[in-house]
Amino acid sequence: MTLTPQDRTIVEATQAGLPLVTRPFAVVAESLGLSEAELIDRLKQLKAQGVIRRIGAAPNHYRLGMTANGMTVWDVDDAVVDSLGEKVGALPFVTHCYRRPRALPDWPYNLFAMVHGETREEVIAKRVEISSLLGKACRAGDILFSTRILKKTGMRLRGKEG
Amino acid sequence: MTRKLSPLERTLINRLQDDLPLVSHPFQELAQELGLSEEEVAGHIRTLRDDGLLTRFGPFFDAEALGGAFCLCAIAVPPERFEDVLTKVNAYPEVAHNYERDHKLNMWFVLATESQAAISATAEAIERDTGLPVLLFPKEREFFIGFRVNA
Repeated sequence: MTLTPQDRTIVEATQAGLPLVTRPFAVVAESLGLSEAELIDRLKQLKAQGVIRRIGAAPNHYRLGMTANGMTVWDVDDAVVDSLGEKVGALPFVTHCYRRPRALPDWPYNLFAMVHGETREEVIAKRVEISSLLGKACRAGDILFSTRILKKTGMRLRGKEG
Repeated sequence: MTRKLSPLERTLINRLQDDLPLVSHPFQELAQELGLSEEEVAGHIRTLRDDGLLTRFGPFFDAEALGGAFCLCAIAVPPERFEDVLTKVNAYPEVAHNYERDHKLNMWFVLATESQAAISATAEAIERDTGLPVLLFPKEREFFIGFRVNA
């Protein structure tokens, strides 16, 4: 999908966040020389196209005390991995859930579910819940705790640099 | 550096994982639900953001729909080479984030590039640079997620 130049301007103006005022779109629209209604219409279009997923907030797990972070990985029967993936993703403590290819022979896991918690024990207990939800369709699983953040650069759309 | 959340803050954090409406007054519905004014709702969210409990409020873009390509990658780095390999891997601007994890595959990073072709090219360059195989775990499907703090 290619964004129109106006869409790009809108993405660049909002990707760092919206102002926390009662009419945030009016403030952004003014800075872009649009009317509030024009901006809202365009944002609705971008949402309909799937470019925008939602309007909301990203929690900072660390500052919320959720310092334990475990990537749980599962080898799930291909026939049911998608339906079970939906159920795992809907668990309130799962923050990301993806189907990814296996890398055999070393890596048999095709379902990845990230779990955050205040302690490792809490994350391990949640992992048991995922395991029972997956049941017999799951042949094996593992959990990889993060021990260090080595790099974290936020995703940013670069301005067109010619 | 955590602080205790009020019940209202917990509710707000959870409600902001849902989708706010694309309307002139996006906080109106939430304000009515909580018996607050729109100004108060915006103010509480601003405090949560300023205190670092929320990292960002705004639209969430689908990175791939914006035209980029992304891929989770992993390397099994021999422990004695870890710092050396880390320096080499992090030097690539395409490496968006990188985590050490307690597994034989101990380095997990995300490549973010302008195109799909650049993903494999970058992974191959990292393999040449480090002499280690880079395993690619592209997203085949993403499942709906629902993060909640304990209310």
